[in-house]
Amino acid sequence: MKFKLRIWRQPNALRKGQFEEYEVDDVGPDESFLEVLDMLNEQLIANGGDPVAFDHDCREGICGMCGIMINGIAHGPKAATTACQLHMRHFKDGDVIVVEPWRAKAFPVIKDLVVERAALDRIIQAGGYISASTGSAPDANSIPVPKPVADVSMDAAACIGCGACVAACPNSSAMLFTAAKVGHLNVLPQGQAERFDRAVLMVDAMEAEGFGGCTNIGECAAVCPKEIGLDFIALLNREYLHGKLKGAGSRNA
Amino acid sequence: MADKADTQTSMAPAPAKTILDAKTPDGPIAEKWDKARFEMKLMSPANRRKFRIIVVGSGLAGGSAAATLGELGYNVDCFAYQDSPRRAHSVSAQGGINAAKNYRNDGDSIFRLFYDTVKGGDYRSREANVYRLAQVSNNIIDQCVAQGVPFAREYGGLLDNRSFGGAQVSRTFYARGQTGQQLLLGAYQALARQIHAGRVRMHNRTEMLDLVVVNGVARGIVTRDLRNGKIERWLGDAVVLATGGYSNAFYLSTNAKGCNVTAVWRAHRRGAYFANPCFTQIHPTCIPQSGEHQSKLTLMSESLRNDGRIWVPRQPGDTRAPGDIPENERWYYLEERYPSFGNLVPRDIASRAAKSVVDTGHGVGSRRNGVYLDFAEAIERLGANVIRDRYGNLFDMYENITGENPYEVPMRIYPALHYTMGGLWVDYNLMSTIPGMFAIGEANFSDHGANRLGASALMQGLADGYFVLPYTLSNYLAQAKLEPLTTDHEAFRAVEEEVSGRVERLLKANGERSVDSYHRELGQILWEYCGMERSEDGLKKALELIPTLREEYWQNVRVPGESEELNQSLEKAGRVADFMELAELMCIDALQRKESCGAHFRNEYQTADGEARRDDENYAYVAAWEYAGDGRAPILNKEPLTFEYVALSQRSYK
Repeated sequence: MKFKLRIWRQPNALRKGQFEEYEVDDVGPDESFLEVLDMLNEQLIANGGDPVAFDHDCREGICGMCGIMINGIAHGPKAATTACQLHMRHFKDGDVIVVEPWRAKAFPVIKDLVVERAALDRIIQAGGYISASTGSAPDANSIPVPKPVADVSMDAAACIGCGACVAACPNSSAMLFTAAKVGHLNVLPQGQAERFDRAVLMVDAMEAEGFGGCTNIGECAAVCPKEIGLDFIALLNREYLHGKLKGAGSRNA
Repeated sequence: MADKADTQTSMAPAPAKTILDAKTPDGPIAEKWDKARFEMKLMSPANRRKFRIIVVGSGLAGGSAAATLGELGYNVDCFAYQDSPRRAHSVSAQGGINAAKNYRNDGDSIFRLFYDTVKGGDYRSREANVYRLAQVSNNIIDQCVAQGVPFAREYGGLLDNRSFGGAQVSRTFYARGQTGQQLLLGAYQALARQIHAGRVRMHNRTEMLDLVVVNGVARGIVTRDLRNGKIERWLGDAVVLATGGYSNAFYLSTNAKGCNVTAVWRAHRRGAYFANPCFTQIHPTCIPQSGEHQSKLTLMSESLRNDGRIWVPRQPGDTRAPGDIPENERWYYLEERYPSFGNLVPRDIASRAAKSVVDTGHGVGSRRNGVYLDFAEAIERLGANVIRDRYGNLFDMYENITGENPYEVPMRIYPALHYTMGGLWVDYNLMSTIPGMFAIGEANFSDHGANRLGASALMQGLADGYFVLPYTLSNYLAQAKLEPLTTDHEAFRAVEEEVSGRVERLLKANGERSVDSYHRELGQILWEYCGMERSEDGLKKALELIPTLREEYWQNVRVPGESEELNQSLEKAGRVADFMELAELMCIDALQRKESCGAHFRNEYQTADGEARRDDENYAYVAAWEYAGDGRAPILNKEPLTFEYVALSQRSYK
């Protein structure tokens, strides 16, 4: 197969970027999208060019490191799939493919397709945990968790923190990301003590980082590679409102 | 520099120099850890904040250690090459984590988990460490549940367990097929809490490029900020390496693309001994390579072997579709050879058997490079829904990658590099041969001997980070007499200069070939001669090829771009340079170990029916290699292994 790639090139956050067009030939249908970028980079290096910078690591869809807009869709056309797990058999021979970085105020470009996502970490740091210092835990089976509750918690915990939800959202909101962590911890019995503080502190942190608000458009859930649902945003809204009414979110750590 | 290494001298390692002391406490094995903890010097909470600890790596071992040290009140600097600690490669582990809870009432115990791990490791691990690992395994599960790790549950709300990797008890806890991710998020969240509290300073996209040793004691590191190329010095009262394993030396492995040996290798060059580098584990159930441009291999959880049957066509070169091959022309080679364990034999045995059938022409798939893992019988017996419940996400993943539906056609699998048991030598306290430098998780030579059992890597990483290192490190700091220093010290300046010089040399080589092309070539050499099956001739061949390749690399590699920017080619170039040096040590180690044990199979040392033949009389030791300078043969030091509680026996899975 043969493809034309129109790729966003930008040397750093301070300089302007633009699209450049490249051709890659001899691509097999079983190759992944990132392997095509590898091939392109080998080509560029051989010809004395500057290879395209892109984030990636595990290449099996779990680390959340890769993240690019492919033809305007976060992680590309295949549902429930990260860019690294997108294979070329889902494209037509000769396709022109447009490749861009995540675009959001809270995700400044570092180079080409690589963006800074530390803002997501800071949302977690604001309250996305259960305070249980090492050594303080009771026996694991002393607190039963009904299976349906554990399953809901796991559905939310599957979030890989890639930022596709932010990139897809017209408001650049990190609501689905935040909701996934609140959903994971707030439904569990272990998460009850800090439940309302968590919701309020995390939403406040999200706003402080420059992410937009949620207007229930649903693009986030449509592109989420782990299929995290909008019902978690509903849950977060409930927890947040409840928390605000209780005056939660004022503690310091 | 290493590229000047002389092939002649490297092939003949000097005879063993030192007998290493592991500092294992006396007394009955069940009391050793208690005794050690009681004898440790305590550090008062008010004094802990006077110390600064450097933790390199943020996976299960590094993340849990950094979080716990922060909770104790130490100041911690934690480094990760990824853009967030949540992305460390521990995230990819699928299957589960072992613990001796005996919640299933099926005869498990701390002693049994200890026993199985020593036996599974083919008697090349240190008994006292493994016993401690089994002891703290139960605390890990408690800790993770308290953090909110959503382990699988039964309808009564209690924790579910499964049997894993051929274990005869159900001691594996799991969170769907994403156990590693969920345990990592637990540690990551604990770490996030400490970052927020100001106890841990997190340095993302920052790679350790060297260790700083001052008057024989580890006192800091030199890093490169991957965003802008800034080289920086960091001072600490102790350095903890939690940087994972080195499977990526083989280029194609199941490790994340960024996994590398640089931190460990640089520490080795500064005086830390490297133990058992030839103990590299091949995982039997990975998706076979599909093309030349493939960048990594994907693992399918070993749990699939619980229900899948492994076979190949009995007739070599049979190209019929699997459905067209009648039952009596299928060769269920594991079930035939190992009637009692069948498809559940340990990883090394399953892997070698697959290689041998593929090598003799029985391979399947368009590249004839796999074996079938067939669920037809299980689907007929249990129904597709039960299989979907158990393995749905794995089946989807397989279909996504290969375009084939495993509910209808058998999966194709083949072994791939997956985990490295070798690593930095550490004593009972997890301290390396450089005082003040500790190694935890996969980065140390670990508790897995010559072969790791399934669901034990997560257990070891968290045991080291949550429950062992925080004690032993405190004990070290309570007694260490550390001289007051700043990063202006001559040793820091000298190391920084070396690091910058190396970076510059890589950029200046300006040759003809890309870093990746050299990495692939190195990987092929290792896979061919130091992979699943090794021989004296092959290893000697590799020891000629590797130094030549390395020399060419430094002359002819092309690294585009500058140092003062995000430069991914440069990052890779430094890592591959270190893999080139490590690769040679792996082969030297494999050559000196004239026996077959666990994952290390030497074809000269096998029984009449092709099983591994261990030599306990001559090789029941840890081979800990000391760096002797570029172009000089590494020095072999030995830690003899004694087995007081687990009787040495030949593993048999027939």
